[in-house]
Order: sequence, then C-alpha cells, then structure tokens
Amino acid sequence: MRLHVDWTACDGRGLCAELLPELITEDEWGYPVVRTDEVSPRLEKAAGRAVDRCPALALHLLRR
Amino acid sequence: MTDALWYFGRGTGLVALVLLSVVVALGVGARSGRTAFGLPRFAVNLVHRNAALLAVVFLLGHVVSLYFDPYAQLRLVDLVVPFAGEYRPFWLGLGTLGLDLLLAVVVTSLLRHRIGARAWRAVHWLAYLCWPVALLHGWQTGTDGTTWWLRTVAVLCAALVAAAVAWRLSPGFERFPDRVPRKRPVLEEAR
Ligand code: HEM
Repeated sequence: MRLHVDWTACDGRGLCAELLPELITEDEWGYPVVRTDEVSPRLEKAAGRAVDRCPALALHLLRR
Repeated sequence: MTDALWYFGRGTGLVALVLLSVVVALGVGARSGRTAFGLPRFAVNLVHRNAALLAVVFLLGHVVSLYFDPYAQLRLVDLVVPFAGEYRPFWLGLGTLGLDLLLAVVVTSLLRHRIGARAWRAVHWLAYLCWPVALLHGWQTGTDGTTWWLRTVAVLCAALVAAAVAWRLSPGFERFPDRVPRKRPVLEEAR
C-alpha cells in the first residue's frame, strides 16, 4: 500500500502526523511531509486510521 | 409508572442539551487545529464525535419516553415533522426541528467518506443552527422551562457556546494564523 496526500484538499490540520508519526511529519506550517509513502503491512492499520480521521479527507491509501 | 416516563423525558432532554453544547465547543476546538486539555488533535476530534453520538442516544431516549407519556400526547408525525403538534406547537416544533438537524449532521458525518468533504462541510454548518434551536426548545417547552436550575444550566451552556463561537471568529483562532489561505492567491491573481 502507498500513502497519497491530495494537496488540493489538505488543510494542514495535523491529525495524520499524530496518528502516523512513523511515516508522516509536519513542516513548519503544519502541513504533512510524507517521509516515505511505502506503507509496510505492520503500519497498514494505523495508516487506515489516519486516513479515516483526516478532517479534509485529503489522505488516501492506494494499493499499487 | 407514567410519571417515570415524564421524569425520564425531562432528564434525558437536559443531558442532551448539555452534551450538545459540549459537542459544539469541541467541534470548534477540533476545527482550530490545536491540542486541548492535554489531548492530541485526533483525540479532540474523537471526543467530539463520540459526545455527538452519545447526545443522539440521549435524544432518542428523550423522544421515545415522551412519545409514550400519556400527558404529552405526541403523535408519530410530531417526532419527525416540525410545527405540526397540538401542544405549544412552535416550541415543540423547535425540538423536532433540532432532532432533524442533529440527525442530518450526524448521518452525513458518519458517511463523510462516501459523500465527500464539500457536502459534509455544507451540512455540518447546520450544527450552528441546531444548537440554538435545541436551547430555545428546552427553555420554553417543558415542565422545567421556568425553574431556576434549568435556566442556570441553559445559561451556562449558552456561555460555553458563545465563548466557543467568539473564539472561532477571533483572528488568532487557527494554529497557524499567518498561514496563507490556500486558495486566495489564485483568486487574487485572476482579478
Ligand atoms: C458522528 C457525529 C460527528 C462527527 C463524526 C463530526 C466530525 C467533525 C469533524 C471532523 C469536524 C472538523 C474538525 C476539523 O476541521 O478539524 C467537526 C467540526 C464541527 N462539528 Fe462535528 N461531528 C459530528 C457531530 C456534530 C454535532 C452533532 C454537532 C453539533 C450539533 C457538531 C458540531 C460541530 C461544529 C460546531 C464544528 C466546527 C465547524 C466549524 O466551525 O468549522 N458536530 N465535526
């Protein structure tokens, strides 16, 4: 699975970086920086939760 | 036994009003993008959602108990269609309207991923209409409307929501107040 941020929708609310610190950090303006978009099976559940909680529905989990 | 329904209806209604006020304040808190009371952002968001679901449960208890209360004489339409009732139709109708609005806000929120962010946000603005409607209904309709303790609780709820809305409208509301709004530069270029 692969993480994808829809930049036309992202509002930089910061929930994803809290829920998935393994893969996402914040830049100085609070927008997400995806360190690596590769989601290991171990992190799939946490990634799904981050996708589910995004207030802007801007985070997506794509199967490649 | 019939009195029990009446007591239950009043109690659940009051709790629902308090919960709704907390839900609105937490919604504003979630929107601010800030952490609160030592809770991370996602937790503020989740407490907001769960308190809303709990408010729905109390509201259903409120409506169902008063439906079976022989004194209130509600018909099924009164639970769904506002302003059709026999007894204090306007103030009762506000309660029905509030329930309809609440269900709209909650159902669209649970289907957020299905209906998209734009439609969800449009319906979610109705929260700001739902709350005052519920407050007025509680203030005017029931047995307890004029008691000092209901008025005290209602005034505290109103103070909480007023403070939240004032904060929402203040310039320092967002976590990054200086952040350039994402869409504005495009619009200004086009001008
Ligand atoms: C299952 C139920 C609900 C869910 C999942 C939900 C979810 C959300 C989310 C995700 C936000 C946006 C947070 C952000 O932008 O970071 C929000 C904001 C908000 N919610 Fe809810 N909500 C629910 C029910 C309610 C109810 C019942 C009310 C009140 C009647 C309410 C009032 C608000 C308010 C006032 C805001 C702030 C809106 C703004 O000013 O932009 N919500 N909610």
